[in-house]
Amino acid sequence: MGRPSGLLYQLNKNMKKILFIEDETALQKTFSDFLKGEDYEMIPALDGETGLKLAKSKKPDLILLDLILPKLHGFEVLKKLKENKETKDIPVIVLTNLEGMTDIDRAIELGATTYLVKANYTLEEVVDKIKKALGQ
Amino acid sequence: MNLKKIGEQLNIIEQCKKYKIPLWECPQFLFLLMGILIIVTAITAYLIGIHYLVDPLLVAFIVLLITAFLLIIAFSITRSFERLAEANRLKSEFISIVSHQLRTPLSNLNWVTELLMSGKLGNIEVNQLEYFKILKENTARMQSLVSDLLTVSRIETARLPLRKTVFSIEDLVRDLISKFEPFAKGSKVKINFEVKESLPRIFNDSNQLRQVIDNLLDNAIRYTRDNGEIEIKISKKAKNIYFEIKDNGVGIPKKDQKYIFQKFFRSENVLKYQTQGSGLGLYISKAIIERLGGKIGFKSQEGIGSTFWFTIPIE
Repeated sequence: MGRPSGLLYQLNKNMKKILFIEDETALQKTFSDFLKGEDYEMIPALDGETGLKLAKSKKPDLILLDLILPKLHGFEVLKKLKENKETKDIPVIVLTNLEGMTDIDRAIELGATTYLVKANYTLEEVVDKIKKALGQ
Repeated sequence: MNLKKIGEQLNIIEQCKKYKIPLWECPQFLFLLMGILIIVTAITAYLIGIHYLVDPLLVAFIVLLITAFLLIIAFSITRSFERLAEANRLKSEFISIVSHQLRTPLSNLNWVTELLMSGKLGNIEVNQLEYFKILKENTARMQSLVSDLLTVSRIETARLPLRKTVFSIEDLVRDLISKFEPFAKGSKVKINFEVKESLPRIFNDSNQLRQVIDNLLDNAIRYTRDNGEIEIKISKKAKNIYFEIKDNGVGIPKKDQKYIFQKFFRSENVLKYQTQGSGLGLYISKAIIERLGGKIGFKSQEGIGSTFWFTIPIE
């Protein structure tokens, strides 16, 4: 049996939702195209505030979070996500270009699952980390 | 200027932290020190004066003159120090900001190229693939240059934090050799690695050390011609681990040897073989090894080869 198609596919309960909070539209597009073949639904958010709102309303299975974001800094988003009992159990992968030790320590302290420096990972490797965080 | 600002100006330690330099090189601290020195000089001059001169007015005048003279000198010296320290801080900040700004578009480029090459957007022709590979390689080159520049800026602003763990240097080297295997094969260079004794595990920052060995190995392969041979040896020497990498490559001309660890320096003879390279690798390696508590050095003869070595404390 192949993958269910059309409406059935969209409604597939097993399809994991990933919220991607990232202000670079180029990356949003690249990621959603790269993940197209896989069983993921991508929810894009272009700033911190929208990201936080969507995390509460859409209940994603995983959040990919950039740190330098308009409106609300990534650290603030992370802090608020972990303070709210509805969102605190969603795994958060920080995906950024900041690689200072203090940034890494702070993100982990605030409850991030993994911290990835964009320049050091290929798309394939990032997807592997996503799968791992989702327990797949 | 309100009181708070005056308070900030008077807090010398805080001011000096901003420049990220030791207290003895800090302009504000030096100015304070010179102030104290001036007072001491003035009092001494006064004491000598009343002892040898009769007219108290003349004594006061001479003391004032000496003090004013010293004050002017002190002020101009610390002022120029301050300017230098500020320029240095701005330069490091500039490198850091520019490289961070470069990183974002570079990682976008890198991932977009990866997506195109993956074939997920449609099949690609073989002759197109070759150009995608060129794109990918060039992006990687720029990324590594930017990352080197960031390391340099961290070294210069003393923000190179250490993360120490216990690890085996032998495993680290084997891992790197297998990473370089394709590059070495492509350059027709053979890598020999020998460890004669069982080595203790060391407690240090393995990521930083990895960067050093990566640089040395990359240089050895890059600057060795066809049918080259590289020999890596590790041994224990007193409380240190001694690492040595020997190649039969192009070598470093005598006149260039004293500059080899300088930032951005590239020897003239290597430019004939390899135009790639930023001249940052050895500068970074030296800074890291010294930060890890070891020493680094080399011997080399043009046309015969180079041997680079370093030591690193076991604990």
